[in-house]
Amino acid sequence: MSSKLEYDVIVVGAGPAGLSAAIVLAKAGVKVIVLERGKFPGSKNVMGGVFYSDCMKGIVDEFPGKAPVERHVIEQRMWILDDGSSVGFNHRNDLFNKKPYNCHTVFRAKLDRWLAAEAEKAGALIINNTVVRAPLMENGKVIGVKTDRPDGDVFANCVIATDGVNSLFAKAMGLRKKIKQDAVAIAVKEVIGLDEEVINNRFNITGEEGVTIEMTGSYFSGETMAFLYTNKKSVSLGVGMVLKDVIENKINPNDLIEKLKKHPSVAPLIAGGETKEFLAHLIPEGGYKEMPKLVGNGVMIAGDAAMMVDAIHREGSNLAITSGKFAAEAYLEAAKNGDFSEKALLPYVKKLQDSFVLKDLKKYKGVPELLQTNKRLLLKYPKLLNQAAFEMLNVDGVPVKDKEKLIWKTVKKEIGIGNLVKDLFKLWRNMA
Amino acid sequence: MHALVFIKQVPDASQVRVNYETGTLIREGVPAILNPFEAHAVEEAVRLREEYGGKVSVITMGPPQATEALKECLSRGADNAYLLSDRVFAGSDTLATSYALYEGAKKIIELEGEVDLFFAGKQAIDGDTAQTGPGIATRFDMPLVTYLMKLDEVNIDKKEAVATRLTEFGQETLKVPLPAFFTVEETLNELSHAPLPWLIKAAQTEIKMLTGENVNLDREQCGLRHSPTKVKKAFTPEKRQRGETLTGSVEELTQKTSDILVPFLKKEK
Repeated sequence: MSSKLEYDVIVVGAGPAGLSAAIVLAKAGVKVIVLERGKFPGSKNVMGGVFYSDCMKGIVDEFPGKAPVERHVIEQRMWILDDGSSVGFNHRNDLFNKKPYNCHTVFRAKLDRWLAAEAEKAGALIINNTVVRAPLMENGKVIGVKTDRPDGDVFANCVIATDGVNSLFAKAMGLRKKIKQDAVAIAVKEVIGLDEEVINNRFNITGEEGVTIEMTGSYFSGETMAFLYTNKKSVSLGVGMVLKDVIENKINPNDLIEKLKKHPSVAPLIAGGETKEFLAHLIPEGGYKEMPKLVGNGVMIAGDAAMMVDAIHREGSNLAITSGKFAAEAYLEAAKNGDFSEKALLPYVKKLQDSFVLKDLKKYKGVPELLQTNKRLLLKYPKLLNQAAFEMLNVDGVPVKDKEKLIWKTVKKEIGIGNLVKDLFKLWRNMA
Repeated sequence: MHALVFIKQVPDASQVRVNYETGTLIREGVPAILNPFEAHAVEEAVRLREEYGGKVSVITMGPPQATEALKECLSRGADNAYLLSDRVFAGSDTLATSYALYEGAKKIIELEGEVDLFFAGKQAIDGDTAQTGPGIATRFDMPLVTYLMKLDEVNIDKKEAVATRLTEFGQETLKVPLPAFFTVEETLNELSHAPLPWLIKAAQTEIKMLTGENVNLDREQCGLRHSPTKVKKAFTPEKRQRGETLTGSVEELTQKTSDILVPFLKKEK
């Protein structure tokens, strides 16, 4: 049993980033081993459930094809919640009903398993139930990994670390600082079973069509994002709050989702449903500023492990898939010269910089901090917006002009003109 | 040494809930696992192989999804895995199942050679019958040791073993000639963390298929039609009432607790 375990590439973690890297590498004939800590790929993974199709180009021939997806999204709603009320915006478009579909709702436990099967078909070796503890180093270069199993050292030219938000590997390499409490959100999610017919009626959809709702606002006491996504025979309801706010406000994440269920805009959509599953996970939301160093000698980091989540656009898995693919491509280029030093792997970073991955993350780099330091944006404005909407729509004999004056007066009192201008400017600076 | 382990894929009973309105089990989203007793059976067989050399084969009867459980056995160190799968087995009770596995085992003996030790869990956590293992042993007409707690001694050359089993009254230690059949307790051993090379080998090992095509089957003993066990009636256990939480100082709690308990104690007398 003591023959040395040697591969070309070790991928740490069988999530979207790791599996896309493994597929690209295996298809190119590279000997690749994927080490997954869970019982099967996807068993440890949680996301709200929207998966974008575009990133799958170059990974599989056809998507969704036979992939286990739930519904393709034809309508997206955005709601700002206050106590007992909501103000919303929605976009439904026939174009979202045309193939290839923009995005689908999915269950990661199924999707990742399917993606892993694709990787195995391509020739990658996937090993479950195995935790990678630390890198094996020689002369400042990563030469393999140490796992938690007996005879568990594995050697390779290069390691691609895609071991998720809590990346032990990035930490052990010293590539990443300790995660800050304001750079991660804790998200809880429930899968609520409902009849297909009921879902179709409640969301005004037919067949495989789906709807997503993103929610935020003063209904919650901290920086919070909530969602409701339609699956075939269930809806996924979830809420995430920045860990710092969870701790400071002494909030139990379970209470958050219970509170969300009671909101009058949400309650009728899930009425009569039965909770099938309860899940929780950390989401890296620190954005560009919290990203670790992406390459080292014999190592690249991709996906959540590299904090690649665009919280503003609820994108993450597509960044993971794309970064995994780039890491694989960078390896293939480096392999031409047999040089896997940091310098030889730098094309990985270049590819990210030239793509939406780093461009988008960079664009919103100031947002996480802005939202954390300026509580008005998430707590006061949503309330005012809901109040203003109510004033304008409620007919009570008061002339509209007077109502406008009242709203303006409230804004001046609650926020102040100076702050309003400042906030709008900051928001524009950070988002535009 | 050649050990053959009979295993079963079962729903994770700790995650199955009852729908009290319809009286049915909610199986949706409940993961399938290797019957926990059989994880220990495989562990024991693999330990023997590490000590005496030889090989460990595993077999299960079930649908194609059961390959997952077989793969786990391979990851735990088994050398060969066989899936006995055929539509003709649908609806089998323990009698029909033990017949099918008996024929499957005979085929494995034909392919892999004589077996010295047969293992199975003491029972499966879904049916809890503890009949299938003994059913197979009886068909082979070989010694059967149920509720195995410890294999004290195995002597492959002399073809005998000393085994300790759990009984209602304590334990008994028996000397048995091999080949023999053992159904095992969880206390038999501690599950070990298999070496990485075993997992890699497992991932590269193909599950071998046994069907009506390559196994000699008497169809008059297979499937629902030839399963004498009939479910006459099913009932749902009463929903357990939620417990009451008492709060207060120690004195108050003592008083409250005794107020609740004393009437029951008096009734008993």
